[in-house]
Amino acid sequence: MVEQEGIRRYVAHIILWIGIAIVAFPVYIAIVASTQDNALIANGQMSLLPGGHFLEVYYQTIVVGTSGTTREPVGNMMLNSLIMAMLIAVGKIAISIISAYAIVYFRFPFRMAIFWIVFITLMLPVEVRIYPTYKIVADLHMLDSFAGLSLPLIASATATLLFRQFFMTVPDELLEASRIDGAGPLRFFWDTLLPLSRTNMAALFVILFILGWNQYLWPLLITTRDDMQTIQVGIRKMMTTNDALTEWPIVMATAVLAMLPPVFVVVAMQKLFVRGLVETEK
Amino acid sequence: MQKQAIFQSRLLPFALVAPQLAIVLIFFYWPALQAVIQSFLLQDAFGLSTSFVWFDNYVELFGEPAYFEAIVRTFFFSFAIAVSSLSLALLLAVMADRPMRGGTLYRTLLIWPYAVAPPVVGVLWIFMLHPSLGVLSRYLRDMGVDWNPLLNGNQAATLVILAAAWKQVSYNFLFFLAGLQAIPRSVMEAAAIDGARPMRRFWTVTFPLLSPTIFFLLVINIVYAFFDTFGIIDTMTRGGPGTSTVTLVYKVYTEGLLGGNLGSSAAQSVILMVLVIVLTAIQFRFVERKVTY
Repeated sequence: MVEQEGIRRYVAHIILWIGIAIVAFPVYIAIVASTQDNALIANGQMSLLPGGHFLEVYYQTIVVGTSGTTREPVGNMMLNSLIMAMLIAVGKIAISIISAYAIVYFRFPFRMAIFWIVFITLMLPVEVRIYPTYKIVADLHMLDSFAGLSLPLIASATATLLFRQFFMTVPDELLEASRIDGAGPLRFFWDTLLPLSRTNMAALFVILFILGWNQYLWPLLITTRDDMQTIQVGIRKMMTTNDALTEWPIVMATAVLAMLPPVFVVVAMQKLFVRGLVETEK
Repeated sequence: MQKQAIFQSRLLPFALVAPQLAIVLIFFYWPALQAVIQSFLLQDAFGLSTSFVWFDNYVELFGEPAYFEAIVRTFFFSFAIAVSSLSLALLLAVMADRPMRGGTLYRTLLIWPYAVAPPVVGVLWIFMLHPSLGVLSRYLRDMGVDWNPLLNGNQAATLVILAAAWKQVSYNFLFFLAGLQAIPRSVMEAAAIDGARPMRRFWTVTFPLLSPTIFFLLVINIVYAFFDTFGIIDTMTRGGPGTSTVTLVYKVYTEGLLGGNLGSSAAQSVILMVLVIVLTAIQFRFVERKVTY
């Protein structure tokens, strides 16, 4: 612009790097701690440089788990988290896209009533109805199951609204053209609408996968068996014992492993992530 | 708004909405209804009989000093988290919003904490600032601060706010950056030609034009602080020391875990629902305003 940009530009770069350092510091410390000896950390003597126990700590974390508190390999917890996150993401997209299709492309009794019934769920996260939901899931014998972990978290309207909005922008000519070709409603959905929705589905998937992987309160309540623990629940249980007994390198390795998949998704699929984030908040 | 080109079918649309409708009714409406009904009932100590007590559970709840404190604390946390993370994010976004080298790199390096789960955030921060083994606690003690968030309530609250704000910066940064990039360059140039210096340009042009984004983010951040701080608090302080980090959601969780008073627990859930509905309604009103801004 009008002013000399030279010095300002340097200041901007410096402020940004300071911001990045602040944001990255806690994670750096976690990575460093996960490569060190527990005794050193417990004494408050932790070094700020990586130690030499990387392979040993991660091997024990993934394959064996902590010796005292959880007794469950973190590899298994990650698998549980992965299954739960996939069920939530895929399940929500699947039921939402077909119900949005029905609401946009058909006229049927109670159409608007059904739309509103779904729409209202937008407002209330699972946390506010946690114990009544727990009771239902218990009555349905779904405690300690993947159905119990994922179904209550699928019950929300964001994805339905998103697909409805998108379908409204699809030109009517497409439907007329495929009708002339003799296609019925299911054929049109499968051959025309679904391919057009691919980017929307991918963006939504990225967001839902992260949200699913990061679920905490709900899995904490409904999983009691060690082998059903998700990684977020597992890490909390590792910290329950007396501070002196906490196996910090393993806790920190678990924290790093818990961050890895969602952070990878955000960085590797940045475009889809940003798109999904902006669209689900509209 | 309705489509003109549609399909004719009697049963198919019902089959298509059935899965979602079933899940929403079973796992959303039924439990929400149960909570509302429960909140008007009183169960005797043995769970043998229940009676309808109108608003007694609510009256009792608001008479409880601990509940009132939790409300105040939750709102205080929410505002502190929102204000601190919004200001840092705005500063960073303004700095990143110029055509400069490494623009996308900066964005990548700043947005990833969005993906870190709240309980992990709690673990990371308590580890850094743990009274006996935290890396940063050493420096605090060297500076003469008597740092012990496990015993000092105010320090524990500060820690929760810092950790939650840290996670939220990335999200706010992303939306601020989008908001800044939507401001036409010609407006900024006009202000520059009129002789407004950069600081003045920011406060008189950028900030007002950004106000819809700021307001939107404020509401989102408050809702975030209501719910997602649960994971942070649970791995970091467990609500302690004493009750100094017990928020409304944490209170519902711990009291429900102990069993005890079903009516009171249900009333707390209903109050949370009402709070969230009010916040969402504010947000929706605002979204309408944004269109005509």
